[in-house]
Amino acid sequence: MSKFKKSEKKEVPAMSQGSLSDIVFMLLFFFMVTTQMRETENKVQVKTPSASEVVKLERKDLNSYINVGQPIKSLQAQYGTEARIQLNDSFKTTDDIRDFVAAERESMSEGDRQFMTVSIRADQDVRMGIITDIKQELRRCSALKIMYSARKPSE
Amino acid sequence: MGKKTPAINSSSTADIAFLLLCYFLMTTTMGSHTGLSRRLPPMPDKNQKTEDQKVNRRNIIVVRINSQDRVLAGNDAINVDMLKDKIKEFLTNPNDDPTLPEKEIVDIEGFGTYPKSKGVISLQNDRGTSYQAYIAVQNELVKAVNELRDEFAMRSFGKKFASCSEDEQTIVKEAIPQNISEAEPKDVGARRK
Repeated sequence: MSKFKKSEKKEVPAMSQGSLSDIVFMLLFFFMVTTQMRETENKVQVKTPSASEVVKLERKDLNSYINVGQPIKSLQAQYGTEARIQLNDSFKTTDDIRDFVAAERESMSEGDRQFMTVSIRADQDVRMGIITDIKQELRRCSALKIMYSARKPSE
Repeated sequence: MGKKTPAINSSSTADIAFLLLCYFLMTTTMGSHTGLSRRLPPMPDKNQKTEDQKVNRRNIIVVRINSQDRVLAGNDAINVDMLKDKIKEFLTNPNDDPTLPEKEIVDIEGFGTYPKSKGVISLQNDRGTSYQAYIAVQNELVKAVNELRDEFAMRSFGKKFASCSEDEQTIVKEAIPQNISEAEPKDVGARRK
């Protein structure tokens, strides 16, 4: 009689799994876009100090890093526990900063060079002596925009 | 001819995507890079005679950090927590104290005249100072300036510095500059062995 017949026999249709892959792909693309590969291997331990007034870095591609800190555990036998400077992939001294800055400058486009920022990622336990040396060297090669890496204090 | 090509079983695409997803999850570093931005003074020219910039004694406050991470601001030893208030008092000079910096009436475009402080903060550190203490002091200095900017923006535009428009921010920056000079390196305080 009624048009809508009750069908008790009918089973719940299986959920379609076809869209599952779409969802996962969406997540995948999100991570692919936001991700940035660690281009260099850390050879020094860096635990940046915390500061409440930190600002975000605007342009990551204009940034070059100078890592300062103790060599990592596995390299301590070889290099000791004295704080070292790491540029790109190897331990360097302050004299190499000049070449490093020149190379970084060279890799940027003409217009971007004036905005180049050097980020000093130093461990919170290093002494200022080494930082002062780096700063003097940077002044000498007129890379004047610097940034002291620091993280927001987690409360 | 009439035979249909069988549909490719696509249920494994999800697995493949998951695998890739896991890979990117592991290698990703989400944390954006933050820090304190500074501009170094250019290296003085060699043939140019190094003339000491004549700055009136009252216009400069020297913040020294010694190798024991003790902080000296002006003439007295001070705790890092107190430094911010000291700097704010130095930069505002609310009671026109003759020992605190003088003010200069400047005409700021789009705003009018404002008594701008001539105060300069000079930061000196020892080679033995720990980086953490140095950053802590830098942070306090920036915080003092930021709070002053916030107060100024609140008075003039009725909102915080961060929510001001670009033009307004330029005005605020003009009125309250961030004059922190990092002096030529020299050893201060305690002799090192």
